Amino acid sequence: MPRRPNRRSNELRGRPHQKSAPHPLDSARLFAALGDENRLRLVARLCKGPASITGLSEGFRITRQAVTKHLRVMRNSGLVRNTRRGRHTIWQLNEHRLKDVRRYLDLISKQWDEALARLRIFVER
Amino acid sequence: MSPDSSLPKSMAKDRIEKKILLHAPRSRVWRALSDPAEFGAWFGMKFEGPFTPGARVRATIVGTAVDADVAKTQKEHAGGVTFEITIDRVEPERLFSFRWHPGEPGVDYSNEPATLVAFTLEETPNGVMLTVTESGFDKIPFARRAKAFEGNEQGWSVVLTLIEKHLAQAS
Repeated sequence: MPRRPNRRSNELRGRPHQKSAPHPLDSARLFAALGDENRLRLVARLCKGPASITGLSEGFRITRQAVTKHLRVMRNSGLVRNTRRGRHTIWQLNEHRLKDVRRYLDLISKQWDEALARLRIFVER
Repeated sequence: MSPDSSLPKSMAKDRIEKKILLHAPRSRVWRALSDPAEFGAWFGMKFEGPFTPGARVRATIVGTAVDADVAKTQKEHAGGVTFEITIDRVEPERLFSFRWHPGEPGVDYSNEPATLVAFTLEETPNGVMLTVTESGFDKIPFARRAKAFEGNEQGWSVVLTLIEKHLAQAS
């Protein structure tokens, strides 16, 4: 994954840097894109498979325009992508970005493993 | 599909839980947690004050005293960065907890919700069972708006579960 050369933002509270980790700023943008009820609903719907605006707007109390706006926010964070199929635009999830959501928490989990391993050395020596 | 059984803990809940059995006296483990100089030595930070409930304690990332390689990495990436932790509970040889902010060092999160880190000690025949939990990821800034919909069927943790199922099927 491309990474900004900002040394500070590569860290979560000084925990050791993990190569496989998503960039914290990317994670923040990603979670921000998910931080809305309608967008969470859209993600839940897209988890079932790709869909058009018409399909996505069904069962929503918001307008198609609003749905489009939310999809664009999510596209900007890399969460979804759209492709044209004839006259229709089909929206779908980007799996690798969804994995970033999981990896963010996995990263913190792993950093605790490492911190506790250091604690063990510290108290057992 | 059975609900949630295959999900990693970190996804199924908005918390992380770790357990480690330490072959050291309970008083030794407690000192390593409750004494700022000792906590800082293994974790890799320097604290500017005692751990008393309610205290806001400034910390600077300096690198761990336990592992030279890790210390080097810590210093390279975040050396000198400061942040604050707020001490929550201090119950001798039983519980130590504090709040802090997951995120980038150097960013002021002081007005934002924090995660709660809790260390719990239990005596066992084989040593001290230490449990550390970090909870409240659903409340940190980027996810907190979703928190308002926690009771909703499309709440934060529900969608995390859906994402996890989706990824399991896609792979």
